[in-house]
Amino acid sequence: MSNEVNVGISDMKIVNIPEGLISYALGSCVGICVIDKMAQIAGMAHIMLPYNNNADKTNIFKYADTGITEMIKQMELLGGLRPRMVAKIAGGARMFEIKGSSTIGNIGERNIAAARETLQSLRIKLFAEDVGENYGRTIIFDSNTGRLTIKSFGKNLKII
Amino acid sequence: MELNEMHIDVLKEIGNIGAGNAATSLSQMLSKRIDMNVPEVSLLDYDDIIQSIGGAENVVVGILVSFDGDIDGIIMFLLKKEFVHLILNSLLGTELNSFEDISEMEMSALSEIGNIMVSSYVSTISSLTNMRIDISVPSLNIDMSGALLDAVTAGFSEVADKAIFIKEKYFCQDETVYSHMLLLPSATSLKILLKRFGIDI
Repeated sequence: MSNEVNVGISDMKIVNIPEGLISYALGSCVGICVIDKMAQIAGMAHIMLPYNNNADKTNIFKYADTGITEMIKQMELLGGLRPRMVAKIAGGARMFEIKGSSTIGNIGERNIAAARETLQSLRIKLFAEDVGENYGRTIIFDSNTGRLTIKSFGKNLKII
Repeated sequence: MELNEMHIDVLKEIGNIGAGNAATSLSQMLSKRIDMNVPEVSLLDYDDIIQSIGGAENVVVGILVSFDGDIDGIIMFLLKKEFVHLILNSLLGTELNSFEDISEMEMSALSEIGNIMVSSYVSTISSLTNMRIDISVPSLNIDMSGALLDAVTAGFSEVADKAIFIKEKYFCQDETVYSHMLLLPSATSLKILLKRFGIDI
């Protein structure tokens, strides 16, 4: 796993195993990784907001609910089956403590909750997570082993 | 909300005036002569901002201040290592080799500098427009620039996908350093602000 496919903010990518996936510097954003080993596919979504309340069709991957749902739909079209899929999520930090501006303060928490809820409603098993706190995360998903490596500033590498 | 050339020009002008005063307070605080160029003011989206401060994984200091009153929104300062070194060296005489070694005292000094620069910036806008604007206590974090920016972008993405980005170039003795500031007024505030300058939106 050397040349990972880059997943930008408000974006989603699906690769064939053993290709890797990477998303840089998630703060309050959440990265959702889903793998179906039988179908030999893995996906990663990098969402920024919890719910697509205004049914925004141009940026479905910006939101946890529509982003995850669409990723799973596309994985199913590629032969994936939901009962075989497992997910790992990371991110959702609270980067700043700001009084009076709760939107920015708890956006990470709301993103985590929405990601968990969407996965649950799709009946996809959430296998592991590394969420919250107050630091950023670069996440690298090795589809061959299913390991999610988390790189943060001033901290040791973490693998979940 | 669509911003046209004229709106952007007004926002640039606001950015310009505020930035000049912020630089003056910085100069007084560090008791150093600091010269500056006319700041570059532009409207940028998340990806452009990340690029202009050295990529998503580049570690920088982020100082976030929210404001409310007649208008509300947030201001974020992004300071790269060279600028932070200049501040800390002038104020405390310390040498900053790496962000990983930064002390509590250095962090609070930075926070205070951020506070003073934002205050002088905001008071310029305030007196120019005759509006009451109060600012919050600053919140500081040192991390990858992408991570510092995404919460702020998310918080305002339903309002606008671009922020007013102000890049200032300072000359201090033989050094040249840059500071980066993001100004994100809420949608209603942006309208009010432009209206004070005689523009209806």
